[in-house]
Amino acid sequence: MSRYFTRDHEWIEVEGDTGTVGITDYAQGQLGDITFVELPAAGQAVKKGDSVSVVDSVKAASDIYTPASGAVTDVNHALADEPELVNADAEAGGWLYRLKLSDPGELGGLMDRAGYEEYVGGL
Amino acid sequence: MSETNDNDDPETRPETRPETRAEPLALPLDAWHRAKGARMVAFAGYAMPVQYEGIIAEHLWTRESAGLFDVSHMGQLTVAGEGAVAALEALMPGDLQALKPGRMRYSLLLDESGGILDDLMITNRGDHFYVVVNGATKWDDIGHLREHLPDDITLNHLDEHGLLALQGPKAAAALGRLGLTPASGGMPMPDGLKFMQAAAFFWEGKPLGISRSGYTGEDGFEISVRAGDIAALADALAAQPEVRPVGLGARDSLRLEAGLPLYGHDLSEKTDPVSAGLAFAIPKRRRADGGFPGAGRIVQLLAGGVPALRAGLALDGRMAAREGAVVLSGDREVGAVTSGGFSPSLQRPIAMAYVEAALAAPGTRLEIDVRGKRLAAMVVPLPFVPHRYHR
Repeated sequence: MSRYFTRDHEWIEVEGDTGTVGITDYAQGQLGDITFVELPAAGQAVKKGDSVSVVDSVKAASDIYTPASGAVTDVNHALADEPELVNADAEAGGWLYRLKLSDPGELGGLMDRAGYEEYVGGL
Repeated sequence: MSETNDNDDPETRPETRPETRAEPLALPLDAWHRAKGARMVAFAGYAMPVQYEGIIAEHLWTRESAGLFDVSHMGQLTVAGEGAVAALEALMPGDLQALKPGRMRYSLLLDESGGILDDLMITNRGDHFYVVVNGATKWDDIGHLREHLPDDITLNHLDEHGLLALQGPKAAAALGRLGLTPASGGMPMPDGLKFMQAAAFFWEGKPLGISRSGYTGEDGFEISVRAGDIAALADALAAQPEVRPVGLGARDSLRLEAGLPLYGHDLSEKTDPVSAGLAFAIPKRRRADGGFPGAGRIVQLLAGGVPALRAGLALDGRMAAREGAVVLSGDREVGAVTSGGFSPSLQRPIAMAYVEAALAAPGTRLEIDVRGKRLAAMVVPLPFVPHRYHR
């Protein structure tokens, strides 16, 4: 099981050929109070870099770009009633969606946690 | 993750207007905000606190207790001289002849065709008028006033004064504990002021200009204070148990719930006061006598109606519609959102939009296109959240 990070502040946790995607704690802090999360549909085919979800905060709406390609298998239904879960627990209970990876090789270009923390430290 | 493009028009975002410098200027309370944990953003050319603990918490705190806002980016001007009433009435549609000392009014700077150059508050301070204009437009406003006011009228920019707003149902209790004294005999204490009244006070020997007014829909005060005194005053106010600092983010969500337009978004030189729902700012005498910019056209609009009106929209669901979103009736485009967001008090998205006049009546069902999705919305009366002014 390993976790990767994007420069756009998404994370993806990979187990076998399944990836779970969310936004980082840094990202939720920047967005502020999250009021709505638009999630992809189960079964939807997504391509790395596509905007597949939108996180709405009091301030603005932000696109979420999928860190990997594949087919969406599940979404975090709890966010429909409790979008603030993303603020409270961005890197665990506030996950957004799961997908079956079609090309695990894509993960090679992403950062590990140490790399991401260094990247955020320079922002 | 990146901010979507639905609100990215550089022409309408104040932080990218031409007066913005490469490096935002620091306001007198800059260090104070940072010490309180504020996140600072560039707004109207200044570094401003957008939030401290979080926009929703600050918003709700203001509605139930008292929020302290630094609005020192706004332009504070004085206009003095014999004939100031007539000179100002030539530029704005308010009835300044009838404005008594210690009273203030909402008014508008208009261009020759009745378009809105800015909205403002004007106070009769007895020997001069005190005018507060928007931060993002103040340099244009000062230029406009210098160009149009006669030479014997003195215009001063109080750029060595800051402005604090203390807003919320407990604002009067908190301010009352500071032990202010009226600047002249026979004047009321701050708590004796009613909504849209103003007076001068001293706090520990420091002069303050206080009005009972604000931009949240709540009872509250705006306090003009010398820049050198503002940190001590902010400390004294923030030390009151009812008071927490509140940033620009909640200021925007509070004024949206209160149905108050924001210049550069809900108002512009392309909108006239009648379409904007601001006809109350043009009293009877001025309608009858004219003599303000665009009077002919505005009187005509008052009599004959306007094609579109500023309206409130309450959205179903939780997805917000923001500035620029298209309003639809069936498949027909009937308007556009000028500001919108999630309402912390109502726990649902709300928006203000200019909508075809025939469809602007409360109860009308419409749709809003947000990123290709059609959100159901209903026209509702403004304000969304009732005003609680101290009248």
